[in-house]
Amino acid sequence: MITRRHLLGTAGASAALALTGNTFAEAAGAGLTPGVPPGLGTVATMEALPGKKPLIKLSYRPPNYESPLEVFRTPITPNDEFFVRYHLADIPEVDAKTYKIKIGGDGANSPIELTLDDLKKLPAFEVVAVNQCSGNRRGLSNPHVVGVEWGYGAMGCARWKGARLKDVLEKAGLKKETIEVAFDGADGPAVDKTPDFIKSIPVWKAIEDSTLIAYEMNGQPLPHWNGFPARIVVPGWTGTYWMKHVVTINALTKPQGGFWMIPAYRVPVGKFPLRDRFISQENATSTPITEMVVNSLITSHRDGAKVNPGKVAVSGMAWDGGYGISSVQVSTDGGKTWSAAKLGQDLGRFAFRPWSFDFTAKKGKNTVMVNAINKLGQSQTPELIFNPAGYHNNVMQNITLNA
Amino acid sequence: MRVFLIAAIAALIALPAAADEKPVQLKKAPGLDKVEANCQACHSLDYIPMNSPFPNAALWDAEVTKMIKAYGAPIDDADAKAIAEYLKANYGS
Repeated sequence: MITRRHLLGTAGASAALALTGNTFAEAAGAGLTPGVPPGLGTVATMEALPGKKPLIKLSYRPPNYESPLEVFRTPITPNDEFFVRYHLADIPEVDAKTYKIKIGGDGANSPIELTLDDLKKLPAFEVVAVNQCSGNRRGLSNPHVVGVEWGYGAMGCARWKGARLKDVLEKAGLKKETIEVAFDGADGPAVDKTPDFIKSIPVWKAIEDSTLIAYEMNGQPLPHWNGFPARIVVPGWTGTYWMKHVVTINALTKPQGGFWMIPAYRVPVGKFPLRDRFISQENATSTPITEMVVNSLITSHRDGAKVNPGKVAVSGMAWDGGYGISSVQVSTDGGKTWSAAKLGQDLGRFAFRPWSFDFTAKKGKNTVMVNAINKLGQSQTPELIFNPAGYHNNVMQNITLNA
Repeated sequence: MRVFLIAAIAALIALPAAADEKPVQLKKAPGLDKVEANCQACHSLDYIPMNSPFPNAALWDAEVTKMIKAYGAPIDDADAKAIAEYLKANYGS
């Protein structure tokens, strides 16, 4: 059996080439993340969805497209380069004129319907927040996890504007027995028996000030592929809860069921250093994924890049589940000693935090490792915390720069 | 015509439209007809090579079962077996 470990080493590279022909050349063309399955290189291409710039196409249908590394050199990700992720293939064009959101459920005293105009008449709030797929970097999991084999780019950071979810829930008369708030989008499955994508969050998260029903992204209407006309924004939490094309919001006095709540989108209990818990959905062995783990990415250079000997400026982004980045540490000696990087513009605790670090490259191979630390004191992991769905990959990057 | 279409698309900013899906060529081998007849109803075929070569026989079996049991794919037993055998022989380890 071939394992990921065998393919990672130098010897492994030639083994993979022998296996898959010109995979690596094609992979480089599509800007793939080093370490993703060689087979991805045979199907991944740079392709543009309508209204988007070319992104790395992992699958056509449902559409799953990730952003190339270079997109993350700015703390705000442009709308037309923002990643696209769908579970189900029936994605309608939603007409903003007839669009309505139904707000109800057994936890609502007075169910209501809101048009896009109604939503825009409510007090508007903005938040800069990272939207990251739970399975970002799944393609780097060892052992392999079957699924969409994301590299680094199933994420982005935008300025989201919309109404507060809590203001909308208040209009529907939230009962005190409400424990969860569930969302459904306009998109649906290709066959009737496939479970519709319905997700819930605990009521305490739903009524946080930063949780929005967003109709603007970076000052523009949401792109179709990112949830036009409106989507849920749950800052700090992974993208699975950020329902696109949201058409139904239900206040619930009982836990939401269904495939996408259990068994999907779960992590083993106690395996990750997380504070936010979703207790009404927890069982003895698994719990829904919640807040993002602290993470960082080198965006100035790709692994194996050529640099000139002498001063090299390395930079990138760091982010977490909304506590804020306190420090980014860089090591150029394989992790023996660490120095603090300079932090850039602070766009808020949910945003990408830019960082930069200068070091002197010696002739030959240089390594750069990065470790972000948040205000709770949480840091990245040196070794993958394996879990069956390939979530929460925040392994410290260790890239080589050749001078 | 093509130029006209591109101009029309450019004129309508954020015009939602289906992805321009190109055929995904899988390895020609026994069982490919069953894969093409069943799997493409719900998803494009790039999902298969994307995961290769890592899944072993048990993982590919589990994946076919998941498509039927969890996602409700209407695939009969004989086709499911042929699909699993195709995946193991051509995209497994």
